This record gives sequence, structure tokens and C-alpha cells, in this order.
Amino acid sequence: MAKSNRGYKSHGQAPTGLKRWLFSTNHKDIGIMYLFFAGFGGIIGVLFSVLMRLELQEPGVTFLTWFVADGTVEQAAQFFNVLITAHGLIMVFFLVMPALIGGFANYFVPIMIGAPDMAFPRLNNISFWLLPPAFTLLLLSAFVGDGTIGVIGASGVGAGWTIYPPLSANISGASMDLAILSLHLAGASSILGAINFITTIFNMRAPGMTMHKMPLFVWSILVTAFLLLLALPVLAGAITMLLTDRNFGTTFFDPAGGGDPLLFQHLFWFFGHPEVYILILPGFGIISQIISTFSKKPIFGYLGMAYAMVSIGFIGFIVWAHHMYTVGLDVDLKAYFMIATMVIAVPTGIKIFSWIATMWGGSIEFKTPMLWAIGFIFLFTIGGVTGIVMASAGVDQPLHDTYYIVAHFHYTMALGSVFAIFGGFYYWIGKMSGRQYPEWAGKLHFWITFVGVNMVFFPQHFLGLAGMPRRYVDYPDAYAFWNQLSSYGSYITGAGVIFFLGLVIYIFTKGKKCPDSPWGDYADTLEWTLSSPPPLHQFEMLPKIK
Amino acid sequence: MFKRFLQFIAATYLGLAAFSGPALAEPGRVGMAYEKQLNFQAPATEVMHDIIWLHDVMMYIITLIVLLVMGLLLWVMIRYNHRANPIPAKTTHNTLLEMIWTIIPVLILVYIGVYNIKLLYKQDVIPEADLVIEVTGHQWYWTYNYPDQDLEFDGFMLDRAFFDPDRSVEVQQQREAAIEDLRILLGRAGPIEIHRLLDTDTRVVVPVNTVVKVLVTADDVIHSWTIPAFGFKIDAVPGRTNEIWFNVEEVGTYYGQCSELCGINHAFMPAVVEVVSREDFDAWVIRAKAPPAS
Repeated sequence: MAKSNRGYKSHGQAPTGLKRWLFSTNHKDIGIMYLFFAGFGGIIGVLFSVLMRLELQEPGVTFLTWFVADGTVEQAAQFFNVLITAHGLIMVFFLVMPALIGGFANYFVPIMIGAPDMAFPRLNNISFWLLPPAFTLLLLSAFVGDGTIGVIGASGVGAGWTIYPPLSANISGASMDLAILSLHLAGASSILGAINFITTIFNMRAPGMTMHKMPLFVWSILVTAFLLLLALPVLAGAITMLLTDRNFGTTFFDPAGGGDPLLFQHLFWFFGHPEVYILILPGFGIISQIISTFSKKPIFGYLGMAYAMVSIGFIGFIVWAHHMYTVGLDVDLKAYFMIATMVIAVPTGIKIFSWIATMWGGSIEFKTPMLWAIGFIFLFTIGGVTGIVMASAGVDQPLHDTYYIVAHFHYTMALGSVFAIFGGFYYWIGKMSGRQYPEWAGKLHFWITFVGVNMVFFPQHFLGLAGMPRRYVDYPDAYAFWNQLSSYGSYITGAGVIFFLGLVIYIFTKGKKCPDSPWGDYADTLEWTLSSPPPLHQFEMLPKIK
Repeated sequence: MFKRFLQFIAATYLGLAAFSGPALAEPGRVGMAYEKQLNFQAPATEVMHDIIWLHDVMMYIITLIVLLVMGLLLWVMIRYNHRANPIPAKTTHNTLLEMIWTIIPVLILVYIGVYNIKLLYKQDVIPEADLVIEVTGHQWYWTYNYPDQDLEFDGFMLDRAFFDPDRSVEVQQQREAAIEDLRILLGRAGPIEIHRLLDTDTRVVVPVNTVVKVLVTADDVIHSWTIPAFGFKIDAVPGRTNEIWFNVEEVGTYYGQCSELCGINHAFMPAVVEVVSREDFDAWVIRAKAPPAS
């Protein structure tokens, strides 16, 4: 295998500077850029969430009033709404998606299937470079108001990440339009990326790498790419209709002109529900690789695992209206969406139990990635079972749009997807950078985060059951206690993020050299056959898979 | 490592359980949340009783599932860590096992699903109503219309300044005036307790043990009208009218808050339903129609 081939020997000199990064067509360089971009997005997203928790630490609008132009509660509330909107959009589009799909998948999918690069390297480049403008537009949208610029509290999109009209249609000024264009660019980036992944995985597998021999991470990305390809155009259509409603006098979502606000919700969630599986499926893939490696066993029930993801992806498209139980749907429709939603628990259960069965009989090494993976399984189970409670259309009535749902989706995402991202980071950082993380620091980071996020989100179940609505800048005094605990947890988590940033700098400057295969013989995917970091071009001679 | 993991899980969850000890403030209070509350608000309708029953059934099931997963994880961490089990097994399949963990969840879901379908249709099929109320959401207050009683009024949240501990004499006077207005409107003898962010300047008054049908809509953006103790939540969508019903079992004051993001003052448009006897309701209708007492 092409272990020694550092640099572009067969293509002349390796590019440097602008040529290497701005014009990059190399999947590994682009993957690295995606990861740094996701890190940047994540820092801003976390910052916004800590601002929200600071405001919610005690009853009364007491904190955000410091930031806004005229110090009024109204402006603070507008700023709060901008924060929740931006936090949601940033975490989805500019942290989890770039990290899992743009970052890890870009870097490791070609390697894992024994391909030299992605199928369309230039498409890969434009996929990445659409994201910084998208992010810039989103951040700009927070500072543009109706005839004002940069007045915090008088500007920005405060409609929530779901941007339901008529609220989003009524926002005056250009901020909503900027946010829509941001989503257009981010969506186009993901669609192009999805095309690239599907083509790569279908056509560029090394000889002998049949579909049923692909690592589960590759399977997860294949399913994710299909979800992206089918879901994002629907979002693009919906927000284009919103854009023309706002600017060109159409009335798709305006009842005064024969439109229907609920049409937007149907379109949005037809995208939105697959989207949440887009956020978690790559995480499933990473967890599978980690569990297998550190249990020193092949994955249990490989085919079941792969097709569980396929069926989760498929069912994900036919359950969207469970986000809309309170909009006044027909009762038969609610009954259908309830049953369909519950069905998802079956393939998800298969995955959870297969991971445990993989560990069963293994010889488990508790290295940092494994801690994140075990934490993932446990916490994702909690997030999953509360999903069953809310899938129940009847029981959902008092829970809908309360903190219960906030707790649920953060258990699946902040404690699911993000745990998978960190697990992947520690699993692969030695491979990607050539420098290994210090084991104690990775473990400390895990424990800080584990305690912190549980403290943030577990009490939110209680708040939701007791009826506290979400997206509230201020709440009745009875909800004070659990909110306070939740805020303290957020500060612990924030400290964990700062520790992690320090750790990243340490790894890049002082980290120990990482051997080619630091996790031993049971890490049997192809990336461990390459040097650490891998050569700029790998597999000039395609590997043969037995 | 696994021992530390175990300790942390135990500490986290036992710690939370310890926090949730006996509640300090009025756990029995109907119609609103109390401090350190862990569960639903006290139910006030048959539907909400059913919801809580089904929720509790599911809660037992999902708690068992979580404990099972946690137990299995702890077991494999103890039994199959590299010290206890240096040589890994090579098993990758067990058809029986895989069938079991596919079929048992299906059976559990069928069980849950049957009760859920029953609950759903009970909630959603509206019985013959004795009273109809039209609720319209606005940014940021509710309008209530009783078509049969020919009565319409708005419900605005009471000023937050009323609850400021350092409120001025003037604000205090306004607060007392607001309380007095409410007292007269509701025909109560004693003073009325008001709650920050929850109380409004008027109240929706309905008779007890009566099927009330509510028609909900909005005229600007989407809002959502809910009273948690009644077990429903219904979006107020411009351009369409949604229906919901409730039949309250107990006299009392029940609070709810707008539950669909509707702009700046989303957190500041509560709804209050005052459930009274039939006679008190009739008396209230007459009072409410008369010109304001001041």
C-alpha cells in the first residue's frame, strides 16, 4: 500500500498556501478545513447557548438587558429570540453537519473504501467554500434590522430555527432574507456534497470492497447522503416560497391570499425530520467503528446494523407531522404519524443492542474514544425513549413545545451527535494530525462534558413536564430551581469546551508522534494501513480487499 | 476506569434524585406549577388523568429499558474489560438474539400503541358542547368571545412591574387597583393572589363539569393556546379555526402560557381559566356584560 508516497510525486510539487487550501481538491485538506470551520461554528453556537443560560439562570429579564441598545426588556427578548434562532441554525448547519459529513466523512470515506480521493474533487472544493459565505450571511442577519444596522435588540431573525411564517414573513428589514440566502447556500453545499459521496461510494470502492464489506461508517454516510439529497431540495423550495412571499407579493403561506401557514410546516418538517437523522446517522457510524476497535471484536450483526440505518433513513421521511401534533391535524392523520414514528424505535433498538453485543465477550480498552462511545449509547438511549413518549400524540399534548422536547432533542444531539463528534475526534486525531492526544486530558474532557451536559438537560425534563414552554426569555418563579441547575451545568460544559480548545492547541504544538495504527490490530479499516498523517495522495496502487 | 464510570453515573442520577426531594411550595396546588416540580401539573380533566396514566405506564417501560441498557453496559464493562477478559471472543451473529431484540420492542410498541390510539380518539372527538368560546391570538394578548352569551373581552398579562420588589408607591397602587378589578369581576369576597407572568387582567370563566368547546384562531402570527392541567394544546393559526374541548372536574384557577413562538413578547401572553359553579358563571356573565365598575 502507498505508505511512503508523501506529496504529489506523480503530479509535481505539493501545493502550498492559497493553492493548497483555497483551491484545494484534496479530500483530506478539505476535510481538515471543514473540521476547523465546524470548530469555529461550534464555539459561536456554544457561546450563544451560554448567553441564553445566563439569562435563564434566574427569573426576570436581568442579563441580556446589558447587551441591548436601550436596555429594555423588549429588546432583550428580541435578542434572546435571535440567540435561540442562531444557536439552532449554527449547531445544525455549521457545527454538526460540517464536522460529521464535511469533516470526518470527507477525510475517511475515500480512505475506508480504498479510493484515492472523492469522485468530484472540485465539487468538493465548492461544497466547502459555500459554507463560509453561508455562515457570514447568517451572522450578518443577526445585525441587520429595519433600517438599523448593528443595534442589538432591534435586529436579527427571532423566529426560531424553524422560521415558521407568518412570524418569519412579517420580520421587517433584510435580516430574514439574509438568513434564507444563508440556508440556500448551506443547502446547496450539502446537496453537492451528497452527490459527491453517493458517486464516490458507488463507483470508487477498491477491488473486493463490496457493499457488504464497507465499514459501517461508510454505510452511515451513504444513507446520510441520500437523506441530504432528498430532503434539502424541499427546504430550498420552502424557503424560496418564503422569500417570494416576503419580497415579491406571493402568498404561499399567507391566508389572506389563499395560502396556508401550515404548508410551510409540512414542507419544513419533510426536510426537518430527515435532517435530524442526517445529524445522528454519521454518529452511529463513528460509534460502530469505535466500539468494534476497542472491544477488539468485529461489529455484531453487521448486516442488521447497516440495514437498520437504511430503514431509519427511509422511515425518517414518512413521520414528519409528529412535529405538528398541535396544529389541528385530522385525528386519523395523527394516529398514522404516531404509529409510524414509534416504528423507528425498532431499528434504533437493534443498533443499541448490537453495540452492546459487540462489546459482549470483547476485551474492552477504556481509551478516550471508547468513553465517548459508551456515554453515547447510554445517553442516546435516554434521548430515544423520551422520543417514544412524545411520539404518542395524546401524551404529547401537554409536552409539545415545552422544555421536555428541548431535553429530548439535546439528549439525542448535544449528547448524541456531539459525543460522536468528540469520539471521532479522539479516535482519528492521531491519524489526521500525526500527533496523539494525552490520554488523561481526553478522559478529563469526557468527564467534564458528561457531568455538564447531563446537568444542563436532565432537569429540563422536569421543567417540561411541569409545563414550562420553550423559547421563553422569562418564566414563572416556580421554574427557578431546575433552570438554575441547568444554567450551572451549562457553565461546566462551557469550561469543558475551553479545556478542549486548549487541548487542541496542545496536540498541534506538543502532541506526541502518533504511530500508524495506535489502536492495535483490531482497528482494521484501511486508514490504519496508511501513515499518520496519511500521504497527500493515498492508494495510487489500489488496495485489494480479501 | 469502569469503576469511575459507575460512580459517576450513580452520583449524577442519585444526585438528581436527591435534589428532587420533598417540594417546598404547595405541591398540591391545582392549575399551575410549583417549585422543584418533577411531574405533570395536577390534572383537572378526565383526559389529563388519562394522559398521566398512559405517561406513567410508558415511563415505567422506558425506565426499565434505560436500566436494562445501563445494566448491560455496566456488566460488559466489568466482565469484558481487557483485564477481566484478555482474549476477545469472535462471535458476530446470533440469529435468535437478534430476533428477540427486534420482536420484543415491536410487542411493547403494539401495547403502547393500542392505549395511545384510544387516548388520541378520546381527546380528539368532540362531545356535544354546552358552552362555546372563541379564542383569538394576537401579538401579544388573547381575545375571548362567548358567542352565545354575546360577550367579548381581551386578556392582557398583568404588568411585570407589579411584581418588582422595589416597586414605587404608584405602581403598588396600580397593582392593588388591578387586583380589585379582578376581584369585582370574579365576584370574590377576599383579595386575589396574583402571579408574575401568569395572571391576566381578565379571566376566561367557565362552569365546572361542563363540556366547553374552544374555537382557536389568530389574526397575525401563529400562537398556541394551552392549559397544561387540562391536557390540551392547540395552535392558533391565522386563516383556520382549530377546535378543542375540555370538561373541568374541579373549581379553581388554571394557568397556561402561549406555546408557539410569536415574537418579542411570546413569554408574556398567558391565559387564565377560572372554573366556577354554574350559578357563579351565570352571575359572572351578567357582571361582565355591565359597564366597568369604576
